[in-house]
Amino acid sequence: MSRPKLLAVASGGGHWTQLLRMRRAFDDFDVSYVSTFEGHVDNLGGARLYIVPDASRFDVKPFGKIFWRALKVMVKERPKVIVTTGSAPMLAFMLLGRMMGVHTLWIDSIANTQKLSSSGRMARKFVNTCVSQWPEVAQKEDVAYWGQVL
Amino acid sequence: MPFDRMTRAIDEWAAEHPHVPVFLQIGDGEYEPKACEWKRMVPHGEYQRHLNACQLFVAHVGMGSILQALEIGKQTLLMPRRASLREHTTDHQLDTAGKFRNRPGLLIVEEAAELQAQMTRLIEQPMEGPQGIAPDAPAETIANIRAHLAQFAKA
Repeated sequence: MSRPKLLAVASGGGHWTQLLRMRRAFDDFDVSYVSTFEGHVDNLGGARLYIVPDASRFDVKPFGKIFWRALKVMVKERPKVIVTTGSAPMLAFMLLGRMMGVHTLWIDSIANTQKLSSSGRMARKFVNTCVSQWPEVAQKEDVAYWGQVL
Repeated sequence: MPFDRMTRAIDEWAAEHPHVPVFLQIGDGEYEPKACEWKRMVPHGEYQRHLNACQLFVAHVGMGSILQALEIGKQTLLMPRRASLREHTTDHQLDTAGKFRNRPGLLIVEEAAELQAQMTRLIEQPMEGPQGIAPDAPAETIANIRAHLAQFAKA
């Protein structure tokens, strides 16, 4: 029996480390991954990894390419759920996911100790669920708090 | 984003301490080290090998670095990136530094000169590493995420 598909997406570095720390929560799903750095395939134990270019508010040019790539991944994988820990490039997956009727979950990075990240603020407007990893931030920003990756 | 302030500080330190092998991952920095071994980016496995072998882990105040330091339980020296110096898009590393400043085994400094001084001290007189953490998030966090996702888990 095949399990439903979950797409776990995060930029390289800290966002990725946090995503991997919560992967036990995806045990009921057939998981594939998206990141910005191919070197991350090392600790996936054979799971599929798709790569998108990196981007930020200071460097918005790659977003067109990211959207195109995201669309191809979405059509190929047809996930039921997308989970991300950020950052900006992964907004493309959340937006496409939402448009395609996929459940979208944004878990804001634990690095954002005082307020939601700038991408988190954008995501909050359209994703199905947005959570912060700090109770004070969750309360201030009117999002849920489910605990931390730490 | 580049963090040349840190790369340069460590390279200068390496030049003054030729007996200490230093490996630097510099990302897209402009400054290229002269006195130590370096790469722009290494795959995760190689990164992990360096981390396991080192005596002192020096990094920016990124959550990836902090989590890895805690997972491996090794003494770690950290310096935050600053938005005003174009080292990051925002000053959130200063906030992160505030949250982790008092955690034993992690030492956070603000300036390059202080970084170099602490590198010397920690190589000569290592401090105890942080208390290690498991590779997975706490059970409660995992359970909360899993419970939320359960409604979509039926094929």
